[in-house]
Amino acid sequence: MASRKAKSSANAQITLVVNGEPTEVAFAPHKTLLEVLREELGLTGTKHGCELGECGTCTVLLDGTPVLSCLVLALACAGRHVETVEGMAGGPMLHPLQQTFADLGAAQCGYCTPGFLLAAQALIEENPKPTRDEIKQALAGNLCRCTGYLKIYEAVELAAARMRGEEAEPAPESIHGHD
Amino acid sequence: MTTTVPKSLPTEGRAGEQPLRIVGTPQRKVDAVAKVTGRTVFADDVQLPRMLHAKLLRSTVPHGRIVSLDTSKAESLEGVKAVLTGKDLPIPFGILPVSQDEHALAPDTARFVGDPVAAVAAITEEIATAALDLIDVAYEELPAIGSAEHAVATPTPRIHDYGPEGNLHKLVDLEFGDVEQGFAEADLVREDLFFYEGNTHLPMEQHAAVADWSGDKLTLWSSTQTPHYVHRALTKVLELPASHIRVIACPNGGGFGGKSDPFNHEIVAAKLSMVTGRPVKICLTREEVFYCHRGRHPTLMWVKTGVTEDGAIKGMHFKTLLDGGAYGSYGVASTYYTGALQTVTYHVERYRFQGARTFTNKAPCGPKRGHGTPQPRYALEIHLDKLAEELDTDPAELRLHHLVPPDSVTANYLKVGSMGLGQCIRKVTEGAEWKDKFRKLPHGRGVGLACSSYLSGAGLPIYWNNMPHSGVQLKCDRGGGVTVFCGSTDIGQGSDSILAYIVAEVLGVEVGDVSVVTADTDLTPVDLGSYSSRVTLMSGNAALQAAERAREIIAPHAAQKLDVPESRLAFAENRVFDVEEPDTGMSFAEAVQLAEGAEGTIGTVGSYTPPRSPGRYRGAGVGPSPAYSYSAAIAEVEVDPDSGIVRVPTIWIAHDIGRSINPVTVMGQVEGGVYMGLGEALMEEMAYREKRGLVHKIPSMLEYKSPTTLEMCDVVTYLIEDPDPLGPFGAKEVGQGPLLPVMPAVANAVYDAVGVRVDEVPITPEKVLKALKLKAKGEEPRYGPTSFPDIRWPEPTRVPPPWEGGDGKAV
Repeated sequence: MASRKAKSSANAQITLVVNGEPTEVAFAPHKTLLEVLREELGLTGTKHGCELGECGTCTVLLDGTPVLSCLVLALACAGRHVETVEGMAGGPMLHPLQQTFADLGAAQCGYCTPGFLLAAQALIEENPKPTRDEIKQALAGNLCRCTGYLKIYEAVELAAARMRGEEAEPAPESIHGHD
Repeated sequence: MTTTVPKSLPTEGRAGEQPLRIVGTPQRKVDAVAKVTGRTVFADDVQLPRMLHAKLLRSTVPHGRIVSLDTSKAESLEGVKAVLTGKDLPIPFGILPVSQDEHALAPDTARFVGDPVAAVAAITEEIATAALDLIDVAYEELPAIGSAEHAVATPTPRIHDYGPEGNLHKLVDLEFGDVEQGFAEADLVREDLFFYEGNTHLPMEQHAAVADWSGDKLTLWSSTQTPHYVHRALTKVLELPASHIRVIACPNGGGFGGKSDPFNHEIVAAKLSMVTGRPVKICLTREEVFYCHRGRHPTLMWVKTGVTEDGAIKGMHFKTLLDGGAYGSYGVASTYYTGALQTVTYHVERYRFQGARTFTNKAPCGPKRGHGTPQPRYALEIHLDKLAEELDTDPAELRLHHLVPPDSVTANYLKVGSMGLGQCIRKVTEGAEWKDKFRKLPHGRGVGLACSSYLSGAGLPIYWNNMPHSGVQLKCDRGGGVTVFCGSTDIGQGSDSILAYIVAEVLGVEVGDVSVVTADTDLTPVDLGSYSSRVTLMSGNAALQAAERAREIIAPHAAQKLDVPESRLAFAENRVFDVEEPDTGMSFAEAVQLAEGAEGTIGTVGSYTPPRSPGRYRGAGVGPSPAYSYSAAIAEVEVDPDSGIVRVPTIWIAHDIGRSINPVTVMGQVEGGVYMGLGEALMEEMAYREKRGLVHKIPSMLEYKSPTTLEMCDVVTYLIEDPDPLGPFGAKEVGQGPLLPVMPAVANAVYDAVGVRVDEVPITPEKVLKALKLKAKGEEPRYGPTSFPDIRWPEPTRVPPPWEGGDGKAV
């Protein structure tokens, strides 16, 4: 029987800046940024929950703005800055958001966490003192099935306060419940 | 916080002097940093050299005989390495020994849209997907069954050739005392009908697995909550010795019960790896996750209760009809669970339960958070709200007056230990200012109360054996580190951390000194899995035992060297020292070295088997637990009478946790449970297009509505700490219980707000509006089912309750 051939095309090659480092990568031109990050660059910290732009799990920052990496063609990222969860920590020091997410249990299964962290980072960079409602609005495109979002809000508020230089601590009732 | 010693430790001497250092104190989870830095390796993150990618071809018809299946074109596609069909995997499997009704690939009949019929492995995912289009399948379509009522009315064609008759999968009829006599003695008898729509887990992580056959040994990485059961299923279907299969459960990106069955894709990936000699990965699409399902059974319920003037329950008769979908899954257990826990909250003098599970041509239902108990709890708590109104009694008072006493046995022979529901009710009513709000808020606003209980692990394993439910091995390194090995699986709830906290507490080291190796059938002793809220209690007790044994080995050597009686030794702050003269001591590492020098390598084991339940009748295996958690919730709602939209600003919830081992993770489970309950109450539904070939109506995250940040309510949480003697340090479950009271609390609040009863979840605007229209017309202001079909029930199993001289056996 004659062998059939699946559709294929020549690889595209671009340079983009990933977590501050210029990175050259070759890939099939139909690949999404999500696929290139995970499969070509081995940056599996970026997760996927639907690959249809519905859940926010694959959120990364493209030139500082949160995007759904499953909906962005990697080809469109040539020369642009991509920030993933792997680049959040400054060397061995966790980002304040990573600290508070870890301390408050804002990461349960941790699967949606990278997307939430990056969406929250973009929010705080634009608005250093977000209200609870502003946090809800900014994170409304990210689904989490574990936490009910409450510990995420508290972690964002606490990190934002610390990034403003305040000596903030979590409220006792958010750790132990109400008396 | 007061300091208390672990229950299993001696209350005098060294341990009696030691305050708890870690248990009860907020801690980071042991995997928290990995999770916030993207380092956690989930199943789809596993990459192996030469790895192939697999895809499944799924049935496009809800019920059909496979007339022909031609894979030749797919096989000849360049890049395709193997194609499998049902004949390649002929041995059936299933999670329960009584329901071995699944095949990895349907051999002759497809039973729902989404049932896998063929599989491809190729060098890329794209080629594998393209190859699926080249497989020709012809089906002879069979009549499809779309609901439980339809199944009861349609005995042929049978979806499976087992079960009591027709399309009934399981029938249960249990009677604990003469309920008719109970109704005769009652002052008020009421009947109600309820329907609980199915819904699904929707874990953020799509199921994935990677299989690697090395020539004589298979390794499978999978997003599974139950590696032990996957191990057993692979052994059976692949006909390999268990010793030649290694299953590694990766951290699950959310489970909620949806990753508790052995799945087609896991077996297919394994077989494809064996056929090709290369590693094979399969990652399901989000649409396929909906087909895996195993979520909440759509359940029709009828309940009749007789009460005295003061609300004492003289008799209760409960009937359930479950839509099981296309396969057995955990369904027999689910059926029993729809009748098991009605008795553990309020004293029920006589109780009868009749449950039926049907097969239908839809994705199989199974265990979702709360497994079989949210449905009857919804019914029971609304039913009680209605009874309280008829009795002109405050529903909180009604409940408080008839609580099951601690340390008692229920009508159906469930042994209740600690019981903190009364404290839970008092906390939420006080916090929510219940007395000022109930029946007093302006039209459109309301409050509702509901309570619940859940297991801290099932009393029996899912396959009969007399071995422990959880095992731990523990190794003390001469450098002072401790490693815990346990088969338990972290699905985000923090079970890995619990092992570290408990071991660190007992051995006096820091949490960071404990390494945890879990969920690997080659490396770790069996733990049955992350289901039935069993892990903290069972693996926690196993870890506690292993750590105590290690201390018993180490202590004599330290005591001898320090020349103090062993009874005066304390293990804390990485030291072993004299409690009376704390300066006399040594580091933990030195103590280990002394012991190792004298006795050789220091390793211990611990294991846990639940106590035997007093029930001795057929069916008594579902419901018993070492300890029951309790919850009470009050929901406040705003109902727009024009649109029917229900908003929930706040839920107050109190949960009887026994003891919080780590309050941070407990709070997270409570809030997450409330969230998931809110979704079930208001919007989540697994719906099908009945007139369009029973295709799933909404297999996407956009259309399957779940609460976002904009819908989630505020939660005011109270943790009730009433230590249970059987829990490690007194701990009970929290993973499932706090979901249960949310749905009925919301329903009762909607009634308080606008005076209509929505006896069906989800409580959508359409249902509220329909009920409001009936109210406006002066008809019964209610939306819900109106009849329960006739079912040919078997002769009931009659078991007199303990207070009628029963001994737990059927008569």
